[in-house]
Amino acid sequence: MALDLRINKYADVPMEEKQRLFDEVTRDERFEEYLYGCYECGICVASCPSARFYDFSPRRIAQAVAREDVDLVYTLMNDSIWDCSQCFSCDRCPRKNSPGGLITIMREVAVNNGLSSAQEALEGYGRIVYKIMGTGTQVSPDMLQPNAFPDWGPHVKDISDNLDIWRRALPPETLHTTETGWQVDDKTIIELYLIWHMTGVMNMIQEVDEGLYEILVDVMEERLEEEGYDVTFD
Amino acid sequence: MIPSETLVKQAKDRQFVQDPNKAPTEDIHDIIFQLEKEGEWEVQRVPEPYMEVKTKYGRIKKIPIEKTWHHKSCGQCGHIPGYSTSIFWLNRKFGYDYIDPSDQTSCTAWNYYASATSNAAAQAAVAMRNFAAAAETGYYPLIHCGTSFGHYKETRMQLIHSAELRRQVRDILARLGKKFVIPEEIVHYSEWVHAMRDKIKENQVRDMSMIRATVHPACHYHKLITEDVIYDPEIYGAQRTAIITGTLQAIGVDVADYSTWYDCCGFGFRHILVSRDFSRSFATQRKIEVMKKEANPDVVVTHDTGCVTTLDQSQFAAKAHGHEVGVPVLSDSQMAALALGAHPYKVLQMHWHNTDNTGLLAKMGIDPDKAWAEFEKALEKLKDGSQQYLTWEDTDG
Repeated sequence: MALDLRINKYADVPMEEKQRLFDEVTRDERFEEYLYGCYECGICVASCPSARFYDFSPRRIAQAVAREDVDLVYTLMNDSIWDCSQCFSCDRCPRKNSPGGLITIMREVAVNNGLSSAQEALEGYGRIVYKIMGTGTQVSPDMLQPNAFPDWGPHVKDISDNLDIWRRALPPETLHTTETGWQVDDKTIIELYLIWHMTGVMNMIQEVDEGLYEILVDVMEERLEEEGYDVTFD
Repeated sequence: MIPSETLVKQAKDRQFVQDPNKAPTEDIHDIIFQLEKEGEWEVQRVPEPYMEVKTKYGRIKKIPIEKTWHHKSCGQCGHIPGYSTSIFWLNRKFGYDYIDPSDQTSCTAWNYYASATSNAAAQAAVAMRNFAAAAETGYYPLIHCGTSFGHYKETRMQLIHSAELRRQVRDILARLGKKFVIPEEIVHYSEWVHAMRDKIKENQVRDMSMIRATVHPACHYHKLITEDVIYDPEIYGAQRTAIITGTLQAIGVDVADYSTWYDCCGFGFRHILVSRDFSRSFATQRKIEVMKKEANPDVVVTHDTGCVTTLDQSQFAAKAHGHEVGVPVLSDSQMAALALGAHPYKVLQMHWHNTDNTGLLAKMGIDPDKAWAEFEKALEKLKDGSQQYLTWEDTDG
C-alpha cells in the first residue's frame, strides 16, 4: 500500500502523545549509535530490499527522526516501519547511521505502547511468538503443513506426510523432535521462562495480543509452579 | 577523450588494505578483557589449538578447531535439518570432539527482528544463559545461525557499552545460578568451515571442478558488526567477505560473480512467515533470476538458515509464474560434506530442500536415484521397527 504523506492521517492524535512516543525512541540507549546525520546520498535506499517492493525508504526514516519531525515519525511508526526487512543493508551508510536500528527501536516503542499498527502487523504471527516463548525454538518441523505454505508447493506435503519417519532418519540425537526444532531440556525451558518474567517481556506481548498473553502465562505459570517457583506474571 | 575504462579501474581489481592500526572501530578483545580485569565478567578462552583468520581490518580472530558447543539454529533444525547434520558430520569426519547440547535455547532474535516483542535485557539474558551453559561444559560455542551470530555480536556491544545492562543481566544470571561469562570470540560455523578449508581439500574424494556456483553471503553475517567478519586479500581483494567463496574455491568449485551479490535474500524475518509475497518476489527477481542470467550457476551456496530457506522455497511459485528460476540452494557445510563423500540423503538430507537438485548431484557423478534408493532402504529398518533411529554409523554405508 502506498504511503500517502499529503494528508496528516493522524491529525486527531494529540501532539503530546506523538511527542511522548518520539521521546521514548530517542531515550533508548542505542539511539545515539544509530543516528549521526545524512548526506542525502541514497545508499541506504539503493541497498534496501523493502524499498524495491514497498513505498518504503530508510532515508525517510533517518531524516524524519533527525529533523525531529514528530508528526512524520508518528506516521512512519504506524504505516511504514513494519515493511522493513531488518537485514541491515542500510548500515552501509557513510555517516554510520543505522536506519534499520532506528526502526528496531521504533518497533519496540510501537509494541510497548500497543499501537494498532503493531497489532495489525503481528496478526497471524501469534503462533510464532507462542512457539519461541513457550518452547525455546522459533520454528518446528510440524509447522511444515501444506495449508501454511501453499506457495512452497507439494514438497511441503511430502515432508508433512513423512514427518515422523524423516525426523527419525536424522543421525543427530537432538533432532528427532517434531514439535520443537531440537530437544530442549526441561530445566532450560524453566530458565527461559524466568528470563521472560524478570525482564518484563510478557508485558509487551500483553500490549499487542491479550489472548496470546493469557495462553502463554497459563502455560508458563503452570510449568513454573510444578518446578516449585511461586511466580505470577501479573 | 580518455576511455572511461582507463579512468575507472574495475572494482574487482581493487585491493582493500587490511591494516589493524588504521581500523576505524575499537578492538572488542581489548575491552572484554579489560572488563574481565575489572571483575565485570569472566571470558571463556578459545581452546587450543585454534586457527587464526583475518577480519575486515586485518585483526586476528581465533577459530576453535574442536571442543565446540554447537549452538543450533531454529530454521536449520526445524526445516532443513541436513544443514546442521552436515556440520556435525564434518566434525565427526575429522574426529573432532564436540557437544550437541539440549541445554540450549534459540537466541530468539528471529522473533525479535520480526515482531520486536522483546527487549535488550531479555535478549542479552538469553545470550548469556546460552554462553554460561556452554562454559559449564568446558566446550566453546560455535554459532550455527547467521542471525544468532550477528545478534550476539550486537548484544555483546550493548553489554560492553552499558554498565547498567551488565548489572541487570548479571543479576538475572545469578538468580538462575549461572556464571556471567562471555566467549573471547563469537564464532560462526561457516568461519570454522572456512578455517578448515585446506583440511577439507586434503581429504576431498569428489571432484567439484565441473560445478559452477554463485555465493550469497548472509546479511546478518557480514552487515552487522562488519569489522568482526572474515576478509582475505586473496578473495575479492578483501573488498567483500571471503566467507563461502574461500571454501568453494578450495574444493575446486568455479565461483561465478553476479551484480546483486550484496543484496539480501528477501527473508525479512516477519515477511517469510506472514508476508511471503515480498520474500518470494525479492528472492527470485533480485537474486535467482539475476544469478541465472549473469552466471547460470549449478547451485547457489549460502551460509544461513533464512537464506537457504528463502532462496530455495521461493522458486516453486516463481516457476509457476514462468520466471527463469530452478537453481538448487545448499549451505557451505553441505557442499563441504559432499566434497568429502557424504551421502546426499542420509547426511545432507536433500529431500527437505525444494528446488530440484538431482541435476546437481548427477553432475557431481552421484546417481540420485541410487542414492535415494539407499536412503529408502535405510528407512525400512525404521518402518519395520528393527531400528528406532538412523545413526551416524548408518551414514557410513
